[in-house]
Amino acid sequence: MLTISNYVKAKTPEEAYELNQARSSRVMGGMMWMRLGNARVKTVIDLSELGLDQIEESDNVIKIGAMCTLRQLEECEALKEMYGDGIAESVRHIVGVQFRNQATVGGSIYGRFGFSDVLTAFLALDTFVELYDGGTIRLSEFVNRKPDKDILLSLIVRKSKRKFRYESIRQTKTDFPVIACSVVTGMVHGKETWYFCVGARPMKAALLEKQWEIPKDVSEEMLAEYARQAASEFTYGTNMRGSAEYRRHLAEVLIRREMSSILAEGR
Amino acid sequence: MEIQFILNQKQVTAEIGADAVLLNVLRDLGCKSVKCGCETTNCGLCTVWIDGKSRLSCSVLAASIAGHEVTTLEGVAEEAEEFGSFLAGEGAEQCGFCSPGFIMNVLAMFRELDSPGIDEIKEYLAGNLCRCTGYMGQLRAIQKYMQAKKTQKMAQRRGEATA
Amino acid sequence: MMAAAMTEKMDKKQAGTVKNPGKLRVVNQPVSKVDAPALVTGKAVYTNDLAPSDCLIVKVLRSPHAHALIKDINITRAEAVPGIECILTYKDCPDKRFTMAGQTYPEPSPYDRLILDQRVRFVGDAAAIVAGTSEEAVKKAMKLIKVKYEVLEPVLDFHTAKDNPILVHPEENWKSLCPVGADNKRNLCAHEMSESGNIEEVLASCDYVIDRVYHTKANQQAMMETFRTYTYLDTYGRLNVVSSTQVPFHVRRILANALDIPKHKVRVVKPRIGGGFGAKQTSVSEVYPSIVTWKTGKPAKIIYTREESLIASSPRHEMEMHVRLGADKEGNIRGIDLYTLSNTGAFGEHGPTTVGLSGHKSIPLYGKAEAFRFTYDVVYTNVMSAGAYRGYGATQGIFAIESAVNELAQVLGMDPAVLREKNMVREGQVMPAYYGETARSCALDRCLKRAKEMIGWDGKYPRRDMGNGKVRGVGVAMAMQGSGISGVDTGSVAIKVNDDGFYSLMIGATDMGTGCDTILSQMAAECLDCELEDIIVSGVDTDTSPYDCGSYASSTTYVTGMAVVKTCETLRAKICERGAEYLGCSSDDVEFDGQKVTNLKTGDSISRKEIGNRVMCSSNAPLSANEAFSSPTSPPPFMAGIAEVEIDKETGVIELIDYAAVVDCGTVVNPNLARIQTEGGIAQGIGMALYEDVVYNAKGKNYSNSFMQYKIPSRLDVGNIRVEFESSYEPTGPFGAKSIGEIVINTPSPAISNAIQNAVGVIIRELPMTAEKVYRGMQGK
Repeated sequence: MLTISNYVKAKTPEEAYELNQARSSRVMGGMMWMRLGNARVKTVIDLSELGLDQIEESDNVIKIGAMCTLRQLEECEALKEMYGDGIAESVRHIVGVQFRNQATVGGSIYGRFGFSDVLTAFLALDTFVELYDGGTIRLSEFVNRKPDKDILLSLIVRKSKRKFRYESIRQTKTDFPVIACSVVTGMVHGKETWYFCVGARPMKAALLEKQWEIPKDVSEEMLAEYARQAASEFTYGTNMRGSAEYRRHLAEVLIRREMSSILAEGR
Repeated sequence: MEIQFILNQKQVTAEIGADAVLLNVLRDLGCKSVKCGCETTNCGLCTVWIDGKSRLSCSVLAASIAGHEVTTLEGVAEEAEEFGSFLAGEGAEQCGFCSPGFIMNVLAMFRELDSPGIDEIKEYLAGNLCRCTGYMGQLRAIQKYMQAKKTQKMAQRRGEATA
Repeated sequence: MMAAAMTEKMDKKQAGTVKNPGKLRVVNQPVSKVDAPALVTGKAVYTNDLAPSDCLIVKVLRSPHAHALIKDINITRAEAVPGIECILTYKDCPDKRFTMAGQTYPEPSPYDRLILDQRVRFVGDAAAIVAGTSEEAVKKAMKLIKVKYEVLEPVLDFHTAKDNPILVHPEENWKSLCPVGADNKRNLCAHEMSESGNIEEVLASCDYVIDRVYHTKANQQAMMETFRTYTYLDTYGRLNVVSSTQVPFHVRRILANALDIPKHKVRVVKPRIGGGFGAKQTSVSEVYPSIVTWKTGKPAKIIYTREESLIASSPRHEMEMHVRLGADKEGNIRGIDLYTLSNTGAFGEHGPTTVGLSGHKSIPLYGKAEAFRFTYDVVYTNVMSAGAYRGYGATQGIFAIESAVNELAQVLGMDPAVLREKNMVREGQVMPAYYGETARSCALDRCLKRAKEMIGWDGKYPRRDMGNGKVRGVGVAMAMQGSGISGVDTGSVAIKVNDDGFYSLMIGATDMGTGCDTILSQMAAECLDCELEDIIVSGVDTDTSPYDCGSYASSTTYVTGMAVVKTCETLRAKICERGAEYLGCSSDDVEFDGQKVTNLKTGDSISRKEIGNRVMCSSNAPLSANEAFSSPTSPPPFMAGIAEVEIDKETGVIELIDYAAVVDCGTVVNPNLARIQTEGGIAQGIGMALYEDVVYNAKGKNYSNSFMQYKIPSRLDVGNIRVEFESSYEPTGPFGAKSIGEIVINTPSPAISNAIQNAVGVIIRELPMTAEKVYRGMQGK
């Protein structure tokens, strides 16, 4: 059970940060997960008046405020233009419209949940997080940090000509994923680079980077071999939704399909 | 703490705890249509609108809605009755316990989407669980309601044209 | 002219059972439910909407252990929490065992419960009851109760429960009221064997014998409104109980037993219910606020959380079924042998009865069999107690028998639909495994034929490769159920004529959303030749409603429906008598057309309105009638279901594409409500087939404790469900009707299993049929 003694709507990021330094303070996102935990929170800090609920596009980046909802991500034209339907695909299975009107990007990323679709999607892209105290760091670095008392202000995705795919397997359509995979490819420092991200293994999403030059007309067998290679570099676990072995197989299938789809687009 | 917000077009004041959830505050304010089916944001029974958007009142901190506008089924009674008659026309309310949250999200959908197709409807309403009906009757009711509205609009336009 | 009028009068007198369905005016019409306007506008009509605001909040402290003895329970600190009114432990509860099963007395379910017991028998079992003025206070107090448990080894594997040295119910005051083969010293809740013919001889002489084991899991009814009850003492010091229950009259007895108080001290009221599906045929929540109110004199309420509703409730019995099915080369099914092992969990609610249906409502689908044998054991284990869930054992048995028939079809190289056409039970046949009853109404053949047409079976069977890595298959199953419990279920009905001649229809049957208030009013309006609006109906109150065993066992339409017909016949005669009296003539000379009583000799008449008003002035007899009905038979509805699935050949992911179902429920009393019942039951069946599972860890902790983990289907998970009716005419039912409520959940598991079998050749014998199981099956080939 969650109990809260004080509720504060922070007026500035400074105020939010200062309040959050107390051991029993917590920053609230959409309250989807925090509510389900057992905690005695002295002060809950609401960031909703800090203007963090906007998605801003500039020449080089798309900046997603921490308080943006998953529904905003789903409907964001800028992200769609840049990365196709993949971003919407990564969130549209999450419970329902009402849930996605409420769950925040900041909450999803900060929580670093094993089941997180949002994390699985953005980890594969060229993504940074903007922290109040810690500055702007790579999402891949943030993911492996222990939760601390900093404030997550926004998610920054660098625009680039990368191709993005997202796929997941679920038991019921709106359940947590049994497995979720994103694949991104593009030129990095002049080299064709592939990023693979697998979430819900059921451990939290992890990222794999490969400098693979794959011809657009690669044979099915070769492609399968690449996918096998990529999938084999992740670890998998067993829970109610699937065994480690099955998850590894699914990751391989999804990665192959996503790579194939990207290559087909290039043809 | 005391909060003020607009509930069904009326300014209201409520004395609440910092951890009070909106669902309970609304029920205490007399909006008994708002139901709780799961506590874990999976069922959609507690759906209300906050500033016009469908949200799950079971996981909204009441403190956070100060100054915002909340709408429950009681606030859209006429529309609910109109759509509800189509639902009842199919027998698709059955036990009725999920009807208020469902109807709130259906009405939100009509505000957001223009003549949605079957797949769009299903996806938009996927967060509204129903254990009685198997969902088919709800879909029939929505389709018939949309058709009736369309006919109504066309008749109106014809009326305006001839006037 | 006179003669013609008299003949017509004779016709009218026989209105009801013999009325030609083609001539029906209100029955067989798709009218809206009488409570619909309130429900769709969110009116305060459910238990928690009605509970007074000053109710004490009641919560149950639950055991973290699957099996333990409470050595010490210290409530001192908890009692000191401000606002706490009452904390009860096993020491405060009567030491008289009872059952929470809502069944007719003497209940087949054993008396194995106490409100609180020193021995806790599953993770989630009640250890203490806490009541206070606020939820916060109660939750705080619960944390401060210190319980010392002596942890015992649990029995968690139901295969090893029978004759296990660890006993779930070693207590001496355990008792079984009926001869169901129960023995608590063997962990046995029931055992029986029944047979006809010599099954061993028949199977030995069969060309083919399918010998397989099937396993169905516990499933949650998952009605949207969880268990809930509030209680208070009335002016007369009686315990008033307002509860979301399917069985108000049984709850009255259960509470009297549990609290060890006289039955006349208890009144039970049922308001609108947010779904039941059998869950609320067990008195899951009523005892807790009742004992609090009884002890404190204060109003109290309990609202089960969804978690409590998933860990300490009354789910479907897990069953393992060993089928031996014998046939000759031509596909004539000659013998069926079934052994069912049923897991009743920590308590025996509905244990001895559900299991019976696994055989008695599956084997009779095959009318040609020369012999059958049906044996079962029902065992206690240290998991949550099972209970009644739509289908009530038939669902499990039909999965096993229908799957075995589908496996036989494969062995024979025969179309499974053709195999069924060859063997299915037909109208007029005696069903030895169905207590020797005759199928007096049966359109199963037409149901299957139509379902095949709907899905396009001949073009789609067995599979179509879609060329994109996906393959589609179709699969078939049949089902039956009963209509009430023969010789047991009793429904009574009373109808009063009021001023202006409107009718009060009083029933004890409990509308749980399924619409019995409406369909019973339809029947009454039909019989009384009036409009639906001329009849009022209300919820159940055990103080004033006529006795009804409740809404379960698919009994309401058939049993209570017949009571309505009988009551109307009696009332029509009384209205004629009273009209004749007021007209000053003999009742032989009058007829009642629904609006007025007319003297056929003179043409004088008196309106129903006037009769109603005059009854209220200087009258020595009320103008009302009441009748009861109980049936010596339980005519089965029948059904065929065909599923079309699409399988991803790489991942095993199953997409349900289409589901065609055709039901024979006799005359359809309300086509809309029957259709919704069918679609809803199929959706629940799809959940059972593909998604739903109650998962325990090695220590007996239930992981499926929320809607995040126990996944019922959303509208994206059920494909397209299409329903039609092929009606037979049941001569013993009201207007030819039989039941609809339960049968509809029975076909999805075997039909979907068969569709997977036909698509990719994988046979899954354990539910739910997950993508991983299909994948593993494909790997194994």
